Amino acid sequence: MAKLSLSVNGNSVTVDVDPSTPILWVLRDHLELVGTKYGCGIAQCGACTIHLNGNAVRSCSVPVSSAEGKEITTIEGLSDDASHPVQQAWIAHDVPQCGYCQAGQIMTASALLKDNPSPSDSEISQAMNGNICRCGTYTRIHAAVKTAAKNS
Amino acid sequence: MNANHTNKQRRQFLKVSAAAGGGLIFGFNFMACESKPALAEFLPPEHQMPEVWKEMNGFVKIGDNGVVTIMSPNPEIGQNVKTAMPMIVAEELDVDWDNVIVEQAPLDTEKYQRQIAGGSQSIRFGWNGLRQTGAKIRHVLIAAAAKQLDVPVEELSTDKGIISHAASGRSLGYGEVAADAVTIEIPEEVPVKDPKDFTIIGQSKKNVDGFDIVQGKPLFGLDVKKEGMLIAMITHPPAFGMKIKSLDDSKAKGMPGIKDVIRINVEPEGWNPQWSDVNSYPEVVAIVGNTTWEVMQAKKELNIQWETETPAENTTDHFTTLAELIKTSKGEVARHDGDVDKAFADAETIVEKTYSAPFLAHNTMEPMNFFANVTADKAELLGPIQTPMFLEGTLEGVLGIPKENISIMMTRMGGGFGRRLYGHFGTEAALISQKMNAPVKLIYTREDDMTQGTYRPAYMVTYKAGLDTEGNLTAFEIKGAGIPGSPVFANRYPAGAVENYRVENYNVPTNISTGAWRAPRSNFIATAEQSFLDEIAEAAGKDPIDFRLELFEKAKTNPVGEENDYDAERYAGVLKLVKEKAGWSPTGKGSGRGVSAYYCHNSYVAQVLDVEMDGDTPKVKKVHCAVDCGIVVNPGSAKNQIEGGIVDGIGHALYSAITFKNGVPQQSNFDSYKLIRHAESPDEIDVYFVDNGKDPTGLGEPSLPPIGAALANAVYDASGKRHYHQPFTVNQELLG
Repeated sequence: MAKLSLSVNGNSVTVDVDPSTPILWVLRDHLELVGTKYGCGIAQCGACTIHLNGNAVRSCSVPVSSAEGKEITTIEGLSDDASHPVQQAWIAHDVPQCGYCQAGQIMTASALLKDNPSPSDSEISQAMNGNICRCGTYTRIHAAVKTAAKNS
Repeated sequence: MNANHTNKQRRQFLKVSAAAGGGLIFGFNFMACESKPALAEFLPPEHQMPEVWKEMNGFVKIGDNGVVTIMSPNPEIGQNVKTAMPMIVAEELDVDWDNVIVEQAPLDTEKYQRQIAGGSQSIRFGWNGLRQTGAKIRHVLIAAAAKQLDVPVEELSTDKGIISHAASGRSLGYGEVAADAVTIEIPEEVPVKDPKDFTIIGQSKKNVDGFDIVQGKPLFGLDVKKEGMLIAMITHPPAFGMKIKSLDDSKAKGMPGIKDVIRINVEPEGWNPQWSDVNSYPEVVAIVGNTTWEVMQAKKELNIQWETETPAENTTDHFTTLAELIKTSKGEVARHDGDVDKAFADAETIVEKTYSAPFLAHNTMEPMNFFANVTADKAELLGPIQTPMFLEGTLEGVLGIPKENISIMMTRMGGGFGRRLYGHFGTEAALISQKMNAPVKLIYTREDDMTQGTYRPAYMVTYKAGLDTEGNLTAFEIKGAGIPGSPVFANRYPAGAVENYRVENYNVPTNISTGAWRAPRSNFIATAEQSFLDEIAEAAGKDPIDFRLELFEKAKTNPVGEENDYDAERYAGVLKLVKEKAGWSPTGKGSGRGVSAYYCHNSYVAQVLDVEMDGDTPKVKKVHCAVDCGIVVNPGSAKNQIEGGIVDGIGHALYSAITFKNGVPQQSNFDSYKLIRHAESPDEIDVYFVDNGKDPTGLGEPSLPPIGAALANAVYDASGKRHYHQPFTVNQELLG
């Protein structure tokens, strides 16, 4: 166990955990930020996507020790009130079915749009390809990313 | 519930949207504002919480300020009944949808009927009851208002939660009469609206949990956290046919954060199984500790010896067994019209083809999990379950606690697809909690989930058709086999459309547990049947749509047999609709177009799919889909279901399989089990609902079964290559 100082959604927090614990489980079990989901544990499904210094990463496969000194942003930190253009576009297109993967989808999409404000169709498809939606809402996700790009 | 839609959040949001949308909002009376900024329609409704709620019955509470809470009775797996079922109540109650708060109801078999998410039946079975519920409450509210205003009931009308007396110009809100209304006896049955007067049903209403979902709010079973809660994981045997021989947990028990390692058995002696108690591994090892990661680490250090109980199975044997059975033996005859053998002897052309598909895992994105707090005489459970009423029955037997002391609350589910019909994980959580004497949340790893079983069975079917010199279908034979169970529905199309028709079924038992997987049996047989019809249409020299329509005409005007499970006119109707919408042209051959149609879950679906080939790899460009599911309660959400079924069906037809080597599933996570991804999804899906005013039927499943054939037929049209064995992109040698 080790005491680690983290910056999560703009707040400084200290956790006492095994430093090899993936960021995902620190968020979910220690910081009660459960919007970030567990799907596969091997960085294949994207349900656990967060931003680390603004880049989309799979939090199930990044040890918390490597997040020290970096800024972690989770779905809870994207906005206070669902006002982020990506969240708004997700609601506009009524994207979710079960909804479980959508936080990860939204975190991937918001990182994409920060780097590339007007992505092409194929850039959207490539960027979103690491996030599985078992309900198959991909066409809506695609449309929502385009709407968000327009409104960002 | 949506109580988080507070004024504070709304004000914050208004500020932001005014700035981001570039529009102007004056004050907070947003709904009265004519010019809306671009995104402002995506505000959650503003609910001023009432001082007093009046409970009208199990479904509805009315606040003194007119805000209405409607319970959603059925489990929510992503089919969006949590929005649609309350919409039906709200329609007949005649309230403003923006004034409605939706809450998930707990399991309560006295208040609610059929609290099951399965068979696409929530709306179909709920329809009349939900309408009556809303209409009855409206009835007593009007009766109470009539007393208060001292006017006859007939002179009162309702609109959006306001009861008006036109003659005197007086009106009362539902909240003002609710207290009196609860004292009025509710009649057995009351009149409901004429569907042409619907103002909520038929309008697209956004998912009631949408705002919470996009903010990552704790909605799912995996998100449950309770005071003093421990985390548990299980380890089940590595191969079907195996069980625990011995357990050495000495190392695991000593690891940080670990409370205990225990063996639990969900099938104790003398226990009486229900249909939902499907499980290959009744006894498992449970590891219990403080945090998920600690439990995961300790799980790796368990030293378990396994022993073989029943023989291990291999995929390479599965398909040869099925093929041999069909080829060399006579199956159980499920239906025989006319004289099939004679008809084949007389036929000008005979076409015979065999189709197969492997076992599939459900792979809900949220792995199996459940929270349980079991004390000496009480059990409290909370989690994702499609069949809470059956779980309750199982728990009573396994825990020895009477039903009245068991409470089950459903969380939103991160997918179901049939997997959560079988609630062994709920029973496991309860047993772990009972043994630990502590509240426990059980979590499956993805690997535990994917290798646990409850799979879609593996199937094979051989179709044989006889055509006369004019290309008329004169003989049809279906031989269907599965591990376990035949996939064939003997009385479905083309039964009734062919004079000489026979179905033979074969069953191969297995020690691999199987269960209902989205559109059971249909999910395979539709792809086989509709691929085969394409092939015989070609052999008959006919356009594939015309060929199908000829058969429907026969089934309509001069049906063979009496037990035909479909309405040929509605079936033909969707096919004609999709033909028109897609601009189907019989001369368009070679363009990569395929058609398919199927009936299941009481609904009719026809699809035209356009594909482009990149070498051997198909890319679906567009899908046109016509659907007849009667009245569409929530069109936007209904379209989402249809789209999802199409993507799901394409993905599994192309990519997915569970295979076995010595009983061990060879796929355990998404690196080895391929699910369809964003870039492989169709570019465009157009959905056309038939508007016929009939009572609603199934929606969550019917778009999946036919799409595999629409794809296979389009690929054939584009490339000249037919696919018979799913998944189409996998080297079939792997499947034996």
